[in-house]
Amino acid sequence: MPKNVSVQELKGKAKELRLNIVKTANFAGSGHLGGSLSCADILAALYFKYLNVDSKDPDKFERDRFILSKGHCALAYVPCLAMAGFVPMESLETFNHYESPYGMHPDSKKVRGCDASTGSLGHGLPMGVGMALGLRYQKVNDAKVVVLMGDGEQNEGSVWEAAMAAAHYKLKNLIAIVDRNKLMIDGPTEEVMSIEPIDKKYEAFGFKVIVCNGNDMASLDKALAEAWANTEDKPVAIIAKTEKGYGVKRFQGKVPWHYGAMNSDLFKEAVADIEAMD
Amino acid sequence: MAEGTTWTTYDANKMASKEIYGKVLAELGEKNDKIVGVTADLAKSTNIGNFGDKFPDRIFNVGIAEQNLFGVAAGLAKTGLIPFASTFAIFACLRGGEQVRTDIAYQNLPVKIIATHGGLSFGTAGTTHHCTEDYAIMRAIPNMTVVIPADGFETAKAVRACIDIPGPFYMRVGRGFEPPMHDNEDFEFTVGKAITIHEGSDLTIITCGTPTLQAREAAKDLEAEGISVRVLNMHTLKPIDKDAIMQAVMDTRRILTVEEHNVIGGLGDAVAAVIAESGKGCAFTKLGINDEFSVIGYPEDLYARYKLDATGIAETVKELLGKEIEADEDWTDED
Repeated sequence: MPKNVSVQELKGKAKELRLNIVKTANFAGSGHLGGSLSCADILAALYFKYLNVDSKDPDKFERDRFILSKGHCALAYVPCLAMAGFVPMESLETFNHYESPYGMHPDSKKVRGCDASTGSLGHGLPMGVGMALGLRYQKVNDAKVVVLMGDGEQNEGSVWEAAMAAAHYKLKNLIAIVDRNKLMIDGPTEEVMSIEPIDKKYEAFGFKVIVCNGNDMASLDKALAEAWANTEDKPVAIIAKTEKGYGVKRFQGKVPWHYGAMNSDLFKEAVADIEAMD
Repeated sequence: MAEGTTWTTYDANKMASKEIYGKVLAELGEKNDKIVGVTADLAKSTNIGNFGDKFPDRIFNVGIAEQNLFGVAAGLAKTGLIPFASTFAIFACLRGGEQVRTDIAYQNLPVKIIATHGGLSFGTAGTTHHCTEDYAIMRAIPNMTVVIPADGFETAKAVRACIDIPGPFYMRVGRGFEPPMHDNEDFEFTVGKAITIHEGSDLTIITCGTPTLQAREAAKDLEAEGISVRVLNMHTLKPIDKDAIMQAVMDTRRILTVEEHNVIGGLGDAVAAVIAESGKGCAFTKLGINDEFSVIGYPEDLYARYKLDATGIAETVKELLGKEIEADEDWTDED
């Protein structure tokens, strides 16, 4: 059951997460800032309201599962796990450093609370299908499996292999979220390899589809509540419309900020932009 | 050639690897409810269907989607289950290879990959369905145990043994028409420990999988000609039995590896590395597919073409016996 947390509180958590993303990018030297900032609200809502996970007992069998299928955004995920108490906040300072447990892509054997090692795109939804089937077979009927994917990731064929299986097996405990930030490394998704109409595609594959604004906490909260309350015998897909780099004006909607490094002036500017968010 | 070793006349129902796999798995499933099966529209062809018939709620067919097959298997394992994922060898090592590496092996998950139709066993299906690359790929993946049983009896033992191996496991078998090498299950089978199936002192054949029976037949034929050949059944490619290899080098000084695989990256190279690292020299030949795509044909014709039948193996043994090697009679003082 989702916790009783207000939209305002979640907005505060998302803002705090954005600050931790840019700080961690600074510790790391560089990072996937664009996609990490675009999904910050989604991660904050999941970890501080929706997911039934416990930092004191991260392996609890009945817990919800979360897979960051867009693994390159460990820059957002690990700070979120730190804020949720799974890993020490000060450990973020080692991000990307020699022999650190944290690198560009999360390693489930090294990051406490991380359910799956990811990084190669298109791997999260298949693993999510496996987890959802495994939990159902073992009669853990209340646990959700949430998979957060990128929009460029939708190009991967394995996503659709898994989507077909999710609907075939009527995995109503599975929630796929697409961070629809509209940009990929080489440019806009619709120029590189168009994915639209992505909502209709998931619908045609047999998902219950919810479209929301993934950078507007009220809209996102409503979508997640609806997904959590799903009683239909089908998996849920949330198309969360976001903006890449959201929260830092210089990064917003800019293709080159998929990945980058900030000098000290830019870092201060990024922090100031985030602090000015409401 | 001993009677009963021709491929096409053998009755597949007797004890073929693929047949026995499904039966043993069904039997294990009774005792252990953590065992589940995953397949990609090959439940019947890979014989995992036997398990599925018995436990319909424990088998998941993902359709013709091998990337999803191994991703789903990884996810199932993440919830504490022991998934047996079955498909043809070529799809296990290449079509779903990255999922095997990254989702399964990197996370050290106990997924048991049962790869059927390995090597040339799918004969007339042609090169797209032959698989002579899997040993190289699977042994290069950390955490992976790689086993290639010689027949149905070894398959049965390997399937039972792999449950206790905590990490990922890859087993390659044939199409199910392979004749048995053992007479029954009354023999010692330990993962990582080679079995001497024929004693000899002039040369050692190190082999695995379906050529093992042929190597033994070759050794028997050569014995009649006064040539004494040891045959080591190296059913576990990784971790490889270094002691057995070095004992063979010390005892016979001539090593022939025989594999239903490209000579690059497979059993031969694994054995060669052990010998090279030891500092001991010996006469050495790798017999296998000589870095080419195999042709279409019935398996027995292909085994003959690539000298993986008893006749071809015996011929190669004689060639290797004629090879000159630098004699060093007193190796025992080198340690």
